[in-house]
Amino acid sequence: MNLRIKNWFDSGTPFVWLNAGAVSISVVMVVGLIALIAVRGLGHFWPADIHVFDYYASPTDESVRLMGEVVDEESVSRSRAGNPAYAGETIKRNLIKTGNRDVSGLDFRWVLDAGIKNDNLPKDAMVVERHEWGNFYGFLTSLEIDGKKFQATDSLWDKFQETITKNTEIFDEIRHIEKDLIGGINYKMERLRLKQRGLELKEENTPDKIKGLDDEREVLQTEYNSYTNKLEELYTVLNNSSFTAKTADEKEIKVGFSKVVRAYQPNAMNLFAKVGFYFEKLWEFLSADPREANTEGGIFPAIFGTVLMVMIMAVLVTPFGVIAAVYLREYANQGPITRLIRIAVNNLAGVPSVVYGVFGLGFFVYFLGGSIDQLLFPEALPAPTFGTPGLLWASLTLAILTVPVVIVATEEGLSRVPRAIREGSLALGATKAETMWRTVLPMTASAMITGLILAVARAAGEVAPLMLVGVVKLAPSLGVDGNAPFLHLDRKFMHLGFHIYDVGFQSPNVEAARPLVYATALLLVVLIIILNLTAIRIRNSLREKYRAAESS
Amino acid sequence: MQQNHPSTAKIIEEIEESAVTEPNTSTTTHAIDMSSIVKTDVDAKLADENICIEANNFNLFYSGAQALKDISLTIPEKRVTAFIGPSGCGKSTLLRCFNRMNDLIDGVTTEGTIKLEGNDIFDKNINVADLRRRVGMVFQKPNPFPKSIYENVAYGLRIQGIKDRRTIDTVVEKSLRGAALWDEVKDRLEDLAMGLSGGQQQRLVIARAIAIEPEVILLDEPASALDPISTLKIEELIYELKDKYTIVIVTHNMQQAARVSDYTAYLYMGEMIEFNDTSTLFTNPNEKMTEDYITGRYG
Repeated sequence: MNLRIKNWFDSGTPFVWLNAGAVSISVVMVVGLIALIAVRGLGHFWPADIHVFDYYASPTDESVRLMGEVVDEESVSRSRAGNPAYAGETIKRNLIKTGNRDVSGLDFRWVLDAGIKNDNLPKDAMVVERHEWGNFYGFLTSLEIDGKKFQATDSLWDKFQETITKNTEIFDEIRHIEKDLIGGINYKMERLRLKQRGLELKEENTPDKIKGLDDEREVLQTEYNSYTNKLEELYTVLNNSSFTAKTADEKEIKVGFSKVVRAYQPNAMNLFAKVGFYFEKLWEFLSADPREANTEGGIFPAIFGTVLMVMIMAVLVTPFGVIAAVYLREYANQGPITRLIRIAVNNLAGVPSVVYGVFGLGFFVYFLGGSIDQLLFPEALPAPTFGTPGLLWASLTLAILTVPVVIVATEEGLSRVPRAIREGSLALGATKAETMWRTVLPMTASAMITGLILAVARAAGEVAPLMLVGVVKLAPSLGVDGNAPFLHLDRKFMHLGFHIYDVGFQSPNVEAARPLVYATALLLVVLIIILNLTAIRIRNSLREKYRAAESS
Repeated sequence: MQQNHPSTAKIIEEIEESAVTEPNTSTTTHAIDMSSIVKTDVDAKLADENICIEANNFNLFYSGAQALKDISLTIPEKRVTAFIGPSGCGKSTLLRCFNRMNDLIDGVTTEGTIKLEGNDIFDKNINVADLRRRVGMVFQKPNPFPKSIYENVAYGLRIQGIKDRRTIDTVVEKSLRGAALWDEVKDRLEDLAMGLSGGQQQRLVIARAIAIEPEVILLDEPASALDPISTLKIEELIYELKDKYTIVIVTHNMQQAARVSDYTAYLYMGEMIEFNDTSTLFTNPNEKMTEDYITGRYG
């Protein structure tokens, strides 16, 4: 028996099992993680059925009529359910999203499964997504468009949708005027103010120069006035229409169309309509701005901010890391000092990232940014331009956070270039620099990109330092826009990682925000995977080319 | 005999005679005599040649350890000179001195002079890149760059700043023809050089070296990693190239040295034991050590 076990151990089988086991556990964990956030996050966009039912909080109570979608269900112990009057050791309860926060004050409600009576799914139950107060659940009763009233007929719903589409267009136009056009004018006005202030500081504010500025300002003001007139018109049109609907408990409410995002009747939808709606919502999530303290709408600014910051970081970190690695490996005397530097670089990779955040805030933002403001933007003071957290400083902070990774990867790549290749180049009369440029560095490209992949993956997922050096909950404008100089490195930005934290833990409406936490997390993971896959593809195509040379 | 400075032919005659008539009799006394005779003999032969490289009392140390001891030799122009000797005898080290490849190794110091066309290559005013342009080198293992065949050959030209496409095209074709590779690769010049066979790669490396028209080509065991047929091709190539270039070849293969070279030097433990024209060195070596080595009694 003992001998058998000994043989089994000697055969190496247990070791194989051990290794295979470790691999399986890793795979299960990764797949489980992604599956969890995918299921939790992606389910949010599916148009759930709307239940209308009578609810008895206890068998003796009066019933209330409730309406909403089932978000979650669970079985809990009696005491946790608050010792209800229904029998049973464990109590099944459902979380219902009832919406109508303006009417009832809360938009989520736990209801006991046993208290539900007369549950049905009426076809005409509708959901209205609004710009404020969250979803509305109810039944459409009448419309009022430009003073004309429409009562319940068969085509009322079509008319309703038509009006929403029209009003959405008007709403988009208003947004365009407010954000892009008036935003642009404000930006130019601010520029003029700074110019004037600059002239005053330099004591060159001669009357004719001031007059020039005033003239420009007047032109902008006229433009501004024409836009505000236009806006007023549009708002009147928008406010002229409203609809009336009744809630499950027969309360009538009137809502202006200016607040409506979209309306739908999930119970009347077939599968295709639901799938279509699902992708529409998903697209909104990816492409729209957030609404309602980030609990509704999309996360486009966060995606944009993350990608932009990572790209700026990559642009900063790659040349810096590569140059440092080339010096360390190719030119520096391989003595104790070089070894010390190498150890220091490797250790930098292990410093907690929040430390970099503190460093970034103290050095980049306050010291460097403050000095830049003094030298280049004195007219804006005391309002800081670069002396405040922003895109540039966040990218720089992450660049120093990830530079060790690039250095180590590049050094490894340089050491893999065979001596024979270098000698071959030198023997043809190339200098060391020519050999580096023409042969060694191209052969190291795949290693550099490997370093960049690791750096990007780390930077895209980093949150802690960013909270100190530039990320905000809601950025009014993107880092890139139509106003010169187009890329605004001084602006604050939104970031997916911080968005997860903000929506998950800082939200006023936890239940509404929860699915978005998962959806955003999934998106962040997907984004990092996409960035990595792109880089890996590039690397592999490069590596293919040089593999034969490296093996020789 | 020594005082008379007899003609080359006569000395060869005498050596061959003595080799035939008195083989291995009274070796010690004879060796001394022969040494002087042969010395005179090779000098006389070299007197007809143009000198390309000349080393004088050259010493080389790797971090203090002496690797080359007091080497003096003369390499004639447009001839093939072979260095033979057991592993670690310093023949590759000596070869790598001619284009100062040893500069790349930390802790290498030299004494004495090596002159290329009369100029000391260790002079501090010498531009090393220029020197290497004049003294090309082919290594033991083929080391084409991970670029296309065309770009490999064009590499040296591009380093020199030549950009004209037509000039480069001409030189690439000429060099590939010169390295007897053109017919095999003319249809796939844009393919990666790594896709060629070992022998083809080595000829590509030779083409790369001759593209910049050096005066000297150093071959460091160019065929040791190749199969017999590729080796034969390389040897044929060396034979053709010697009309235009001074060739110095390091080889382990004594038959190869005998086949391709005009002059041969035998090195042992960093010392040059014997230098003579190839036929003499192989048929009638002056030194006992040389004889032992070439007849396989060494070690």
